[in-house]
Amino acid sequence: MSASRGRNVEDLNLRNLTKKFGDVAAVDDLTLTVPAGSFFALLGASGCGKTTTLRMVAGLEEPTSGTIAIGDQDITRLRAFQRPVNTVFQSYALFPHLDIFENVAFGLRRRKVKNVDQKVNAMLELVELGPMARRKPSQLSGGQQQRVAVARALINEPDVLLLDEPLGALDLKLRRQMQIELKRIQMEVGTTFVHVTHDQEEAMTMADTVAVMNKGRIEQMGHPADIYELPQTVFVANFLGQSNLFAGSRTGQSGEVIMVDSHGMKFSVLASRNSAMSDEIIIGIRPEKIVVRDLVDQDAVPAGHNALEGRVTDVSYTGVSTQYVVETLWGQDVTVFEQNVIVGDRCDVGDPVILHWSPEHTFGLAGGETLLHKTAQVLAAGV
Amino acid sequence: MVALLPSTGAKAQVSPQKRSRTGYFLLLPGMTWLAIFFAIPFVTLFLTSLQAPVAGESGQYVPAFQVSNYPDALMEYWPQFLKSFIYAGIATALALLIAYPLAYFIAFKAGRWRALMLVLVIAPSFASFLLRTYAWKTILADEGFITSFFNALHLLPDDRILNTSIAVIAGLTYNFLPFMILPLYAALEKVDPRLIEASNDLYASAFTTFRKVTWPLSLPGVVAGTLLTFIPATGDYINAELLGSTQDRMIGNIIQTNFIEFRDYPTASALSFVLMAVILVLVFTYIRRAGTEDLV
Repeated sequence: MSASRGRNVEDLNLRNLTKKFGDVAAVDDLTLTVPAGSFFALLGASGCGKTTTLRMVAGLEEPTSGTIAIGDQDITRLRAFQRPVNTVFQSYALFPHLDIFENVAFGLRRRKVKNVDQKVNAMLELVELGPMARRKPSQLSGGQQQRVAVARALINEPDVLLLDEPLGALDLKLRRQMQIELKRIQMEVGTTFVHVTHDQEEAMTMADTVAVMNKGRIEQMGHPADIYELPQTVFVANFLGQSNLFAGSRTGQSGEVIMVDSHGMKFSVLASRNSAMSDEIIIGIRPEKIVVRDLVDQDAVPAGHNALEGRVTDVSYTGVSTQYVVETLWGQDVTVFEQNVIVGDRCDVGDPVILHWSPEHTFGLAGGETLLHKTAQVLAAGV
Repeated sequence: MVALLPSTGAKAQVSPQKRSRTGYFLLLPGMTWLAIFFAIPFVTLFLTSLQAPVAGESGQYVPAFQVSNYPDALMEYWPQFLKSFIYAGIATALALLIAYPLAYFIAFKAGRWRALMLVLVIAPSFASFLLRTYAWKTILADEGFITSFFNALHLLPDDRILNTSIAVIAGLTYNFLPFMILPLYAALEKVDPRLIEASNDLYASAFTTFRKVTWPLSLPGVVAGTLLTFIPATGDYINAELLGSTQDRMIGNIIQTNFIEFRDYPTASALSFVLMAVILVLVFTYIRRAGTEDLV
């Protein structure tokens, strides 16, 4: 084991990983490479299989089939205590009968590592808990316990650090603080972090690669900004941020631009931003990419932009931005975020408006009307 | 008793005086019970232990301050004292050995059978203690299959179980087993399985995990269980009476015969007092040793 413990970190490779509970596949033929040294987030709603995946990597759950390897060392059949990975548990799972020092020293003592005192003190320094060394976990606040949990795992210099919803139990402010803290620690130690979360904002803030999981499979994976700007499935478009989606069908193509008809309206989407293979295309646009203007200004819509008429049904001012809900002519609600940079002259409820946005921001997804409804139901139930 | 008083945490709402008075009222029924059924008999017992016999009249005693009752009783009966602690000690150790794996299984592995198994643990208690001990007489009888089995293997020094110390210890172990299982189960059931996973994740094998996590966390149950078994087992006389020979008499039997047959009330009382004192000292030493370091 000590050979793999060198600091030349290696990729985590999951090959055709499947876990079935009875007939239900919690993780379904998952193949995935987590690059060495990256901060990787597995994002998904509860029950999507992300925690099961993590537990299989930790050795706490046995895969039904498939392999787990670090570099080219297959660890699928190793017991949890033999694997060069450590976990930060959702509930922290600190040992209540041991003080902070002994909690952090636990892994080192099991492996009979030398200089335990020195290493533990240095680690407690890293997570800024030096003075707490002799306290019991129950005497610490949630945020401090969380840092102990990170320290206890990280001190073993694992090849991969697994984080199972590590910030779930913290309040919002503390969570923000810990997000930055975790990111700092990760940069400092350079260990591969695999972070499981249902919080898309958390995933985007911390991770340099995000994999969106749904029903035991990875729907899309990449840099957070790339996934956000160009989602490739309806699920991702809705789960990672918000999207306005219109079901339509392809009517033609001129050069780079595909024409789509939805509810009698014409939309354009760039061929490079369309992931639909068939003629059935769902047009998508993020709320903050849409410009909302009074209908009398419709001549000001730039040429080539997608435009849509509607009536404002709700306006909520949130400080940074104003959120509009606009009802289209066919009765669908469209959400628009407008930054509050324009002085005065906001649209009011009942105003007829024109919405427009650039094809550069538009994306095309595979699927039709029924898929839209189904996904909406799943999201409403799952999150 | 202090711990039973309401905490002074929220004194802003109610005046502290009123709160503490409520605490005393709540204590009243319990204290009355203790006074009638513990404190008064306790004093009576102590006074009896110092009484002196009336010359010429057997079974008649007068109030006195005859401290020599104590050394006299001890001189005569110390072997039975010792035997009581040894029997109870062995029975407690055996009960722990049997109960721990069972409680562990019920707490962690039994799943939906958990409630049923707990009922089964308690179920024998629905029959009377005496009846169950009589049943053991039959089970361990000389012509019974258990005795025959061990005899076939030539494992029994006296060729029998009934009327030997083995039978007494077996009876004690059996009768007090539920008092060991239940506190152990309660302690183990509280151990978060995620702690065991965390330990596995931190390079501890199953055995090390048990030694470093499960066992220390279950210590409150071990302490409670051993006390609940050891204390009544030490003072028990039914098992020795029914399952043992005259060689296996425990201090409970001595106290009983002194009270009922010999009508030697001072000696019986003195023995009761010594028994109580020794148990108290043992228990306190035990709790201090087990309690300060390792208990949460």
